[in-house]
Amino acid sequence: MTAVAPVATTPGGSTPSKKGGAAGRPSAAAWLVAVPFLAFVGIFLVYPTVLVLVGAFQDSAGAFTFENLSALFTGVVFDAFVRSIELSALTAVIGAVFGALLTWAIAVGNPDGMLRRIVVAGSGVLAQFGGVPLAFAFLATVGFEGLVTKFLRDNVGIDLFAGSAWLFDLPGLTLVYTFFQIPLMVIVFLPALDGLRPQWREANASLGGTSWTYWRHVGGPILTPPFLGALLLLFANAFSAYATAAALVSQGSPIVPLQIRGFLTGEVVLGQENLGKALGLGMVIVVSIAMGVNVLLQKRVAKWVR
Amino acid sequence: MGSLVKQRVLRTIVLLVLGVYFILPLVAMAEFSTRGAGGSRSLESWTSIVDDDGLMEALVNSLLLSVTSAVLMLLLLVPTMAWIRLRLPQLQRLVEFLCLLPLAIPAIVLVVGMAPLYAWVNYFFGNSALTLTFAYTILVLPFAYRAIDAGLSAIDLKTLSEAARSLGASWITVLWKIVVPNIRVALIGASLLSVALVLGEFTIASLLNFDTLQVQVNLLGKRNAGVSIAVSLLCLIFAFVLLFALSYVGQRRRQTVVEE
Repeated sequence: MTAVAPVATTPGGSTPSKKGGAAGRPSAAAWLVAVPFLAFVGIFLVYPTVLVLVGAFQDSAGAFTFENLSALFTGVVFDAFVRSIELSALTAVIGAVFGALLTWAIAVGNPDGMLRRIVVAGSGVLAQFGGVPLAFAFLATVGFEGLVTKFLRDNVGIDLFAGSAWLFDLPGLTLVYTFFQIPLMVIVFLPALDGLRPQWREANASLGGTSWTYWRHVGGPILTPPFLGALLLLFANAFSAYATAAALVSQGSPIVPLQIRGFLTGEVVLGQENLGKALGLGMVIVVSIAMGVNVLLQKRVAKWVR
Repeated sequence: MGSLVKQRVLRTIVLLVLGVYFILPLVAMAEFSTRGAGGSRSLESWTSIVDDDGLMEALVNSLLLSVTSAVLMLLLLVPTMAWIRLRLPQLQRLVEFLCLLPLAIPAIVLVVGMAPLYAWVNYFFGNSALTLTFAYTILVLPFAYRAIDAGLSAIDLKTLSEAARSLGASWITVLWKIVVPNIRVALIGASLLSVALVLGEFTIASLLNFDTLQVQVNLLGKRNAGVSIAVSLLCLIFAFVLLFALSYVGQRRRQTVVEE
């Protein structure tokens, strides 16, 4: 990405600087400028992160232990991880497929058109800032007294809640999560679709190719890596999400973020004070794997494209 | 021509189906929040937004926080990032890593480590919700970093600053009179993004027990769903207006560049 360029050019001191040592090693004073930023990030980002990562390996007396981590693989906690991963994978696939369709629908339209502007801005809102309002949007739509629930009950005779209170459990979360997963796909995938040049399509047509051969041999192979990357990003996004689920589910903790809420808001069993931190570590590991695979994938592609 | 027609049909279907899918909840929110007694329509939920003191206080907290977090973010990032490009390229990778780190650490995990830290923060700075400024500045780092980095990449910072320096400008002058005006569009973008993010933040505020807009909306929902739904709809519309405006900010820059 852009990160590499300045590192590669400046150490050579290609630009003649009027002050003696400026081009070579920076003076001690030059380092001082970075201190406020580094100190702030050190205290409010690195320190809390280390606290979680180290705490995951400590018992309540502060001694080293693997017990918290091994507890991740048992009982309720393990079930929550499995459910979280299922929820994230399922909504990532749904989000990626429908999001890609929506992205295509706006990418073939006018690039400065109102439709595209509205979809992109709306996607930004839902993907990044939905949170609690999204939960209430759902209560208003398919909650016990929601618009759709009432309509179906009064006019069609279908009771959405005949089986169970599904909205407040995994099926409900899946439905709600698509409302930020599809928009996130639009934001992540749009640059890739915009990168498809019309000339490729014309070349395909002038060589006698059909729409099918274009997608099979040109569009498809080019879009596959960004599509997979977006899929991984969507997975990590759903896995990390908390606000919507927390506002919707107040009883029980079906997924990992809600389990962590349980540990933070009191229900701590003696001797398990650091289990919450182990859960945090587990989440960081899952998210890092998804992001790491994505980085490797994009590196491969970058090499291949050049 | 057949495939063009097919494409148009498919596009219309996709837009219609997903359009309904996404607009239906908004319509439902408008409908739900205007329900009155006995099937009538009433704006009571909307008018009682203003009458709810707790909600208003929380809104003020969130608005103040969105300003303080954006200011602290700019103060920390702009000088550091400009300086790194000019004099400290060695730090480029570290700073980028630190700024993007919050993407790999879910807020719900960060808050686990922040809980003990905030015991100290509240000891030194009092128990005000404004202390969330610190946590929120961390949360907006990835978005702000990308926006500012793109802004700095688009200008020839080295030449500009060397020209200013050779005319006798101090580093402070370079920063204030050269860097900031040249990347102002990026700075506006970074600020708008962080405002939207702070106004929508729930995880950290709720688990550290601070009273912000989203925390109040959530609490209120347990007593009076109508008001919470009305406020939620307002939040979504407000964020939409912010981002919609942002799409024009970027475009205006493109046009001025062409004119120059």
